[in-house]
Amino acid sequence: MRCYQCGKCTAGCVLASDMNYPPSYLMRLLQTGTRQNMDKVLASNSIWLCLNCENCLGRCPMEIDIPKMMDYLRTQAIKENKLHPDSKPIIAFHRSFLDSVRNTGRLYEIGLVLSYKFRTFNFLQDLAIAPSMYLKGKLHLLPEKIKDRRSMKRIFAQTIENAKTVNK
Amino acid sequence: MSKIGVFICHCGENISATVDVERVAREIGGMEGVAHAIDYKYMCSDPGQTFIKEAVKKYGLDGVVVGACSPRMHEPTFRRACAEAGLNPYLCEMANLREHCSWVHEKSEETTEKAIDLVKMMVEKVKKNKPLDSIKVPVTKRALVIGGGIAGIQASLDIANTGHKVILVERDPSIGGHMSQLSETFPTLDCSQCILTPRMVEVAQHPNIKLYTYAELESLEGFIGNFKAKIRLKAKSVNYSTCTGCGACIQKCPVKKIPSEFNAGLGTRTAIYVPFPQAVPNKPVIDRVNCNYYKRGACKICEKTCQVGSIEWDKEDEIITEEVGAVVLATGFDVKGTDFFPEYGYGQYKDVLTGLQFERLASASGPTFGEIRRPSDGAIPKKIVFIACAGSRDPAKGIPYCSKICCMYTAKHAMLYQHKVHDGESTVFYMDIRAGGKNYEEFVRRAIEEDTVNYVRGRVARVYEKNGKLIVKGVDTLLGGEQVEIEADMVVLATAGVANCGSEQLAQKLHVSYDPYHFFAEAHPKLKPVETNTAGIFLAGACQAPKDIPETVGMASGAAVKVAALFSNDELVREPVVAVVNRLAPPLYSTCVGCFMCETACPYNAIEHEEIKGRDGSLIRTIARVNQGLCQGCGTCVAFCRSKSIDIQGYTNEQVYAEVMSLLND
Repeated sequence: MRCYQCGKCTAGCVLASDMNYPPSYLMRLLQTGTRQNMDKVLASNSIWLCLNCENCLGRCPMEIDIPKMMDYLRTQAIKENKLHPDSKPIIAFHRSFLDSVRNTGRLYEIGLVLSYKFRTFNFLQDLAIAPSMYLKGKLHLLPEKIKDRRSMKRIFAQTIENAKTVNK
Repeated sequence: MSKIGVFICHCGENISATVDVERVAREIGGMEGVAHAIDYKYMCSDPGQTFIKEAVKKYGLDGVVVGACSPRMHEPTFRRACAEAGLNPYLCEMANLREHCSWVHEKSEETTEKAIDLVKMMVEKVKKNKPLDSIKVPVTKRALVIGGGIAGIQASLDIANTGHKVILVERDPSIGGHMSQLSETFPTLDCSQCILTPRMVEVAQHPNIKLYTYAELESLEGFIGNFKAKIRLKAKSVNYSTCTGCGACIQKCPVKKIPSEFNAGLGTRTAIYVPFPQAVPNKPVIDRVNCNYYKRGACKICEKTCQVGSIEWDKEDEIITEEVGAVVLATGFDVKGTDFFPEYGYGQYKDVLTGLQFERLASASGPTFGEIRRPSDGAIPKKIVFIACAGSRDPAKGIPYCSKICCMYTAKHAMLYQHKVHDGESTVFYMDIRAGGKNYEEFVRRAIEEDTVNYVRGRVARVYEKNGKLIVKGVDTLLGGEQVEIEADMVVLATAGVANCGSEQLAQKLHVSYDPYHFFAEAHPKLKPVETNTAGIFLAGACQAPKDIPETVGMASGAAVKVAALFSNDELVREPVVAVVNRLAPPLYSTCVGCFMCETACPYNAIEHEEIKGRDGSLIRTIARVNQGLCQGCGTCVAFCRSKSIDIQGYTNEQVYAEVMSLLND
């Protein structure tokens, strides 16, 4: 890997201070190539906190695609079942979001929220803002569905549900 | 029948490891016209050369083929050996069995067969070789130095002190270059101008140096020892022979708000100006782009103030031609501006400066007379951040190389700041500290230990303005990537050193090669650092790559010695690989029909008209003739000649044909 540890990614990362290992540190761990350090990376919360905002990629003098690496590391962590506790609500949210998209073709907010809450059992989280959101028309009771939901199914079948793709 | 000697070299194991050299010698030995063929471990060694010499005498050889390395390596060696044995050196040819065969192929039957073919081609060529005499050309013992920075100044003085004439051409109105802009120099902190200006004056007063300021090279023709340089003397609009340099015109000039180049844009200057007080020559020029008279046709205040009537409004650029024997390129470098950095504010924040601008702030002759003050409000910055590697070592920005000088000047800047602002706090963000050089590392340690400069290892991701402060978002990678945020009053970027603008065009004018970043390329990275690939043109200073003052001065002196060595010859010996127009017995005289297609094709203006006259002086025919001094042997004329009357000596059509046919006749 081309990283020469200048630290510009960490300097610009909005979540670095919350991460177990900030991006440049993570790159160094990977650079060593040892299994031990790979386990540290997979079990860290860094890979789950990453927002894929691409600030690091935009600034990196060596043009290393850290967000893409984070994607890979997340997949790998799930596969090896080395999940940091912080990852649980994050994975729950991602799954709920994808469920909504798979079923309706769009984001169904109430469906997403309920699904997320049942997954995490964190029923009271952000409950206070629900009424004002409802009044502002941000929460619809019934989902809006797209016309061609079959093609959405097909996309899912070809990507996420296709084991080969997942492994890649 | 020819008697050709063939000598196959093992080159240690370089050739023999993949080529069956004994078989090559054996098979070539059986060729028609080959009188002698052997192989030996090192042909270039003394015993190897002795084999050649003895064989020439013993077998009365009339041609020699050495199958060894590239002719660029050892052709002179073997030709000299032949000459010592009494054989015309141009009857000796080399077959490149190393670079063209053994190094690029695996060991196999085919590799050996290719080697045989290569030697066979050369044997057939040598059969057609004719004895040639080398060409002698005179040397003009006058040097042209392009660029009047410290490199050009040093090279000019050194050449001039060997007793040869020097023409020094400088683009700006004064010599001095970047060094005159610097405040103090690392690692001794001596004043840059104090050590430079005596040399500038010496240049101006030296009897052997002719100085052209405000001038640029227009074109360069010719070859080593015999260049013709056209120099454009840009119109200064001031008559230097009468101007006394009193400066009254400068004080009265109404156009006062032009950003001063000398102050790196921090100060202002007038339209008629002397770049800086110690300028050489200390006489003004008019900047026609900004002058009211040239812009609107009215003003002429300077003319009214001038007591000696030196203003020349209608003066035009003048082009002069100078004959020189050698050229030293010393055009220096430039630094990237702050506008190159989107993450550091695209140059829109006034208090984000380049290193060069900070030099001007710290300099006693600068816009603040040596006080460190913010350009935005004139306040003294209490917190200052220096960012090293700004642009350098950044492949994403297209500058992957290290600019070399920034580590040292950043340490110097931080030190100067601490010396001038005692309660100030300075931070340096760095990636690595590259302080290789005498007393350099000690200097950096001094900045860290004695002057308490805060060195943080990490790059800065972003600089932005908030409530009049510059927020610097960096990182300390030595703390495992802990983010560092500093509210600074001033940020100094050690911006990358890049090739000077126009260096690419200049290189093309001079036929000098350059690297992808437009720095001029040296002939060999280690053994020929001041030569270029064009004979007679030498390099000095940062036009070759970013370098500091001691290195630049050393290189300039090196280039000067190369020039002096060249000038120690009264004439130069050139390879006779030039074009010739054939001549035949009367009444034909030549197959040349005098169409002069060759003349239009020749890039070196080497084709002349030759008039063939009868005994009574009447003109019989006009044919082409090649000036052997100018011809570079490129062969373009040969391709253009419709009657096949012109040929390159040593590479005639007949010879090349023989080479090709040797392959086809197998």
